[in-house]
Amino acid sequence: MATKSVLFKIKRQPTPSSKPYWEEFELAHHPGMNVISSLMEIAANPVTRDGKPTTPITYDSNCLEEVCGSCAMLINGRARMACSALIDNLEQPVKLEPFSKFPVVRDLAVDRSVIFENLKAVKAWIPVDGTYDLGPGPRMSQDEQESIYPLSRCISCCCCMEACPQFNEETGFVGAATIAQVRLFNTHPTGQGLKPERLAALMGDGGIQECGYAQNCVEVCPKDIPLTKAISEVGGEVMKQAFTNLLDR
Amino acid sequence: MAAAPKIIVVGGGLAGLSAVIKIAEMGAKVDLFSIVPVKRSHSVCAQGGINAAKNLKGEGDSTWQHFDDTVYGGDFLANQPPVKDMCEAAPGIIDLLDRMGVPFNRTPEGLLDFRRFGGTLYNRTAFAGATTGQQLLYALDEQVRRYESEGKVKKYEHWEFLSAVLDGNRVCRGICAMDLRSMEVRTFPADALIIATGGIGAIFGKSTNSVVCTGSAQSALYQQGCYYANGEFIQVHPTSIPGEDKLRLMSESARGEGGRVWVPKTAGDRRNPKAIPEKDRWYFLEESYPKYGNLVPRDVATRAIFKVVYEYHLGIDGKPMVYLDLTHIDRKILDRKLEGILEIYEKFVGDDPRVTPMKIFPGMHYTMGGLWVDFKQATNIPGIYAAGECEYQYHGANRLGANSLVSCIFGGGVAGPAAVKYARGLQGLTNGDGFYAAEKKKQEESNSLLINNQGDENPFKLWRELGELMTKDCTVIRYNKNLEQTDAKLVEMLERFRKVNLSDRTQWANTSVVFTRQLYNMLQLSRVIAQGAKMRDESRGAHYKPDFPDRDDKNWLKTTKAYFAPDADEPKFEFEPVDISLIPPRPRKYDAAK
Repeated sequence: MATKSVLFKIKRQPTPSSKPYWEEFELAHHPGMNVISSLMEIAANPVTRDGKPTTPITYDSNCLEEVCGSCAMLINGRARMACSALIDNLEQPVKLEPFSKFPVVRDLAVDRSVIFENLKAVKAWIPVDGTYDLGPGPRMSQDEQESIYPLSRCISCCCCMEACPQFNEETGFVGAATIAQVRLFNTHPTGQGLKPERLAALMGDGGIQECGYAQNCVEVCPKDIPLTKAISEVGGEVMKQAFTNLLDR
Repeated sequence: MAAAPKIIVVGGGLAGLSAVIKIAEMGAKVDLFSIVPVKRSHSVCAQGGINAAKNLKGEGDSTWQHFDDTVYGGDFLANQPPVKDMCEAAPGIIDLLDRMGVPFNRTPEGLLDFRRFGGTLYNRTAFAGATTGQQLLYALDEQVRRYESEGKVKKYEHWEFLSAVLDGNRVCRGICAMDLRSMEVRTFPADALIIATGGIGAIFGKSTNSVVCTGSAQSALYQQGCYYANGEFIQVHPTSIPGEDKLRLMSESARGEGGRVWVPKTAGDRRNPKAIPEKDRWYFLEESYPKYGNLVPRDVATRAIFKVVYEYHLGIDGKPMVYLDLTHIDRKILDRKLEGILEIYEKFVGDDPRVTPMKIFPGMHYTMGGLWVDFKQATNIPGIYAAGECEYQYHGANRLGANSLVSCIFGGGVAGPAAVKYARGLQGLTNGDGFYAAEKKKQEESNSLLINNQGDENPFKLWRELGELMTKDCTVIRYNKNLEQTDAKLVEMLERFRKVNLSDRTQWANTSVVFTRQLYNMLQLSRVIAQGAKMRDESRGAHYKPDFPDRDDKNWLKTTKAYFAPDADEPKFEFEPVDISLIPPRPRKYDAAK
């Protein structure tokens, strides 16, 4: 009986400035294998399909349970997490590429620090007074909890940004993930204190107005976060805030 | 004193971030080092919840009960005063997290909801769906980001800790670390160091841990002179999903919400589980432990599953697995309280656990052992503190579910202020600072040795062998003969390590160099685990020897302390009495109420 094998086409790029090229790998098929387990196997035996020794592939990964947000990449052209990409559900050859809209560090690893800078810019936190004992937080209904919890599951993987046609150097668009976090913190009773500052950060160039409602973000989000809903809600609030600012002038 | 003290925190999970927040609040400066962006730390994987005796369910729960459950669950191996402090602080920690915006599940009245977890009869576990660790980590991450934007915290993400920098008096004066992209090795001066680098799962190859949980930092410090305590106590979680690349955790909260563990009564029963009638199912945990049922502590549940599978040769279709069944629970409740873990099962296995019972098996999950610390989280090297899973203090011989998150946040909260206080009293250097350059040179040399080494051992293959070896002989069931052989094999593997050959010799984002360094540290720490297990001739908590089936308080109610003997290149051991000043030890039995 011939053993089933799996073909991979992987984009390699040794340094941020070097020219990318493709390498092909062939692995024996195991039930339940995913893209990360395949990359681990290549590391243990870094030889291309035509028998040429090469280097293990550099990629980001950590939890392998789709909750840390590390292993995002383009798999057969789609922005998604590599750990949950089961080989049996993918067309072959399985094509792996780094995200196209973030600087490549090496091979499949890219620099996504922009998401964390964005979260700083919109003050994505609750302004607590301190860590000393001040009793419980504000009461919250089950409905409220259930409406914010999905937003709080964002893993900062940046799939929504990679898939967004508006997310590019020209627009400087902040991206869906950050806007959804604004929605999350503006909803919280204590978080509301910073609402005007958060909305102000989303005005102007690169702000929420850049959204073209392509809806790619919500399609690729591995956590099914209601991104377009959050964008339209925050969009309304930004408009209101802009109007208030105008009157206050 | 003149300048604000500078503290370095290594590790950006719950313990590290908790320490960072306390330090920043006290006005000291923090440099935070992490292999991954801190928001991606392993704490995100914690699922079920966090324990605190808030007693919001009218059950008469108290912090003393929580303390007693924790000490009893840990089979009396933990020093009791710090455990008591932790349990007393827990309700305040929940309040703090609540104020920081953690979306904890609520009761109809809008109060925090609590569920049951293993090793207790109280509803004591606060939770945010089944992604509690993620929600907690994000809350602390956000507060740290706030301090970062105020200039009080400087992050070094994508940096790997290599070693502590010690002065001529063996006092910690900073760290040596490597930029994982440029591969630059640098020293960073500091007045005190807090290690919060988490678990050691990678030593066991496949575990529920994240990729970064190699124990490399702890091992490096052990090799520099820190004591490593109770290394032989390894928690194997009863319910994980076997996988190609890792064992994915299936939270204890599944059982907390009513999940039932069973196997078909007849070996080789090939029927669809839903077609197997009640009379043909064996709910072995409920039968053996009527009081605690499916919520016995993890070591107890894991051994029960091993017994059913390996002694009675029952399992699923001849494979070593048992069912974890949620299908009798209302779908709406499942979605509200457990969605995160159901999604993991669905995505990685392909079956819907709301409809089909899950197939699970025990998997390496947690180390109770870790760096030895005193009640203020200080290691034996002046200026080095430790908090979180990387230290040994709170869980004795077995950790109760939902106690890890609280121990991380509490331990970090003790370590931060203790380090600042120490740093404020630290004397300046008198004999120059040449030791920084010396440490940097040493680490650079070890990198270039690896890169240029000519041999035939592939580090990734060597690692797989290590994982298989350690999983086989150093987890659920231990025999002295096997442990001896394991240590001999580890010595052999350390020898083979000298012939390691890196297939990547480049100088940019070279993950092979980093991994191979970690592998060496894993091998050294593995010997601590294997030898510690060999020595302890008793059964206590997660440490089980069929040849010594009982707990032996007369000889073994003591902490194992391993230290590295550089000349011998191997661990040496000392033992320390356990502080049992608050609760006298009693037999640990879960077939009846305590």
